[in-house]
Amino acid sequence: MGHTIIEKIIGNNVGHEVKPGDIVTVNVDRVMIHDIFIPFVAKKFEEMGFSRLWDPDKVVLIYDHLVPASQVDDTRHFREGNAFVEKYGMKNIHRADGICHQLMTEAGYVKPGNIAFGTDSHTTTYGCVGAFSSGIGYTEMAGILGTGELWVRVPETIKVTVDGKLPANVTSKDIILRLIGDLTAAGATYKALEFAGSAIEEMSVASRMTIANMAIEAGAKCALFTPDEKTAEYCEIELTDKERDLVGDADAVYVREIHYQAEDLVPVLACPPQVDNIKPVKDLEGTEIDQVFIGSCTNGRLEDLQAAAEILKDKKVAPFVKLIVTPASVKIYNQALEDGTIETLVKAGAIVTHPGCGLCCGRTGGILTDHERVVATNNRNFLGRMGTSKVEIFLASPKTAAACAAAGKIVEA
Amino acid sequence: MSEKFTARIWVLGDDIDTDIIIPTEYLALKTVEDMKPYAFSPLRPELAGQIQPGDMIVAGKNFGCGSSREQAPEIIKALGIRCVIAKSFARIFFRNSINNGLLLIENGELGDVVEEGKLAEVTPGEKVVYEGKEYEIASLPENLMEILRAGGLVKAMRRRNGLDA
Repeated sequence: MGHTIIEKIIGNNVGHEVKPGDIVTVNVDRVMIHDIFIPFVAKKFEEMGFSRLWDPDKVVLIYDHLVPASQVDDTRHFREGNAFVEKYGMKNIHRADGICHQLMTEAGYVKPGNIAFGTDSHTTTYGCVGAFSSGIGYTEMAGILGTGELWVRVPETIKVTVDGKLPANVTSKDIILRLIGDLTAAGATYKALEFAGSAIEEMSVASRMTIANMAIEAGAKCALFTPDEKTAEYCEIELTDKERDLVGDADAVYVREIHYQAEDLVPVLACPPQVDNIKPVKDLEGTEIDQVFIGSCTNGRLEDLQAAAEILKDKKVAPFVKLIVTPASVKIYNQALEDGTIETLVKAGAIVTHPGCGLCCGRTGGILTDHERVVATNNRNFLGRMGTSKVEIFLASPKTAAACAAAGKIVEA
Repeated sequence: MSEKFTARIWVLGDDIDTDIIIPTEYLALKTVEDMKPYAFSPLRPELAGQIQPGDMIVAGKNFGCGSSREQAPEIIKALGIRCVIAKSFARIFFRNSINNGLLLIENGELGDVVEEGKLAEVTPGEKVVYEGKEYEIASLPENLMEILRAGGLVKAMRRRNGLDA
C-alpha cells in the first residue's frame, strides 16, 4: 500500500513503515524557540533536571514578537534568552533579523524531509519545503531540548489539489482562506494537509509558505508540499532521491480529497471574528476601513511587498487610512530597498516598519479601538488580536490589501 | 486520576481560541498568577473573577484553537478548573493540557445540554452524570495516561533524570 508524504517523512525518521494512528517517538532534526517563550522553556528545562542540550546546533532562538521592546518588561526575555544561549553553548540566535518562521527556512535551518518543532503554532510553515513541522508548548520543548525526542501520533492526511492557472487578482492566500472556509477552523484537527496539482507546482516557495503557515487555522498538524526544483533552489541544495520521493503515492489512503480549479477561485476575506468566516471580496465591496496591514509570517515576503507596490505605484493611500508595511525579515527588507519596492510604497504613503511580528501579535504600532476596521494580510482575526475586542479584522491577500488601502474601502484588486 | 468528583459548570461556545483564554498583551506578564485575572477577558471580562476552585468548563468544538501558548491550560488550571469538557480540542492545546496535568474530556453531547451554574458528576475515563442522565466518556491512550499519572511532563522528566522516585 502506498503512503502519504507525512507517512513517508515519519517512516524515514523512525526506520520503519507507519500508518495513521500509530504513536511513535521521532528524532527531532531542528527546534525553534521565540522570545515570548524562552524564559518559560529555560525554567521548565532546569526543573526537569537537565544540565545540557541534546544538541546545541539543532536549537534556534529567535527574537521577533518583542523586537524592539514595546513594554517595560520585554527586555527581560532577551536577557534570559541571552543567558540561556551562553550557559548551554548555543550558536544559532537571531536578535533582530526578522520573524522566526521566515528565518527557519530562509537561513537554511530546515530542509526537505526534516522533522522540526517550534514554540509557536505557525511552525507548520516549514511544510513549504517538504518538512514535517508543527507547534508545541514550552514544556514539550524543554523535554526535546533534553532528549532530542518527541512522541507523535501519525496523522491521517487530507489531500488538496489545485489545478489550472490563478486569475491575476487571486493569490495563494485566497486559496488557503477558501480552504479554511470549506474545512472550517476545526476541519483538519490532528490531520496533515497535502498539496498537489498544477497551480501548486507553478507556485513560488514563498507562496507555498503562505498556505503552509495558515494550515493551523484549520486545525492541521502540518501542511506538506513535495520538494521540487524551486524548493532545491530556495534551500540551496541538490535534491536526493529520498527527498524527491516525498510525494503522495497514487495508492496512498486519504481521509478526504478536495479539488479546486484555479480559474474558479476569487479574491476572498476572512471576516471577523473567525478565520473560517470566508466571503468573496465582492460581497463586502464599499465597506469603509481605517487601516491596512501588510506583513507577518503569512504575507510579509518580497513577492507580497512587490505585489502591493505594483498596485500602489503612482497612487496614494486614501486619506484617513494608515497603511502599515512590515517586511518579514531583514533580508527581505534589503531586497525591497534595492529593487525600489520600499520607495514605491513610501511614496504612496505607507508607514514601513522594522522587520518582525509587528501588528500581527498586537504588540507594536497600529493598535486599533472599538469598531475600527483593518484589512490585514496576517493569519488571525481573533477578538482582541490588534487592540480592543471590538476591532474588526478582515484577513486578505497583499493584492486585496493594497487595493483597499488606495480605495479607503474594501475593493477587489 | 480516576476518583469521582462533582463540579459547578461554566458554559462556553465553539472555537474558544487561545487569544480569548489569555490575550497576547498579557503574555509577557511574569507569572501565570499575574495573568490569571485576564483569562477569557475578550469574551467575558468578569468570568475569571467568578470561577471558583473546583468548577469545570463545558464548551463546544475546537476548544483551545489558535496559538501554542501554554499559559492557556496553565491559567485554566491556576483558576482551579477541575476539568474541561468539550466537543473537540485543538491539538496543541490538547498536548499542553496533558503536559500540565489538566484533565480534558471529549464529549459530543454535553455542550448542547448543560446549563451554566448547574452541577455535574465526573468519573474520569468512564462517565459524566448530569441531571440524572449518564454520558459515556473515553479514556486516554496509555502514553498520555503515564504523563498525567506522573503529574505532568516536568515530573515525568524528573523521574527519567533520576531526581524523583
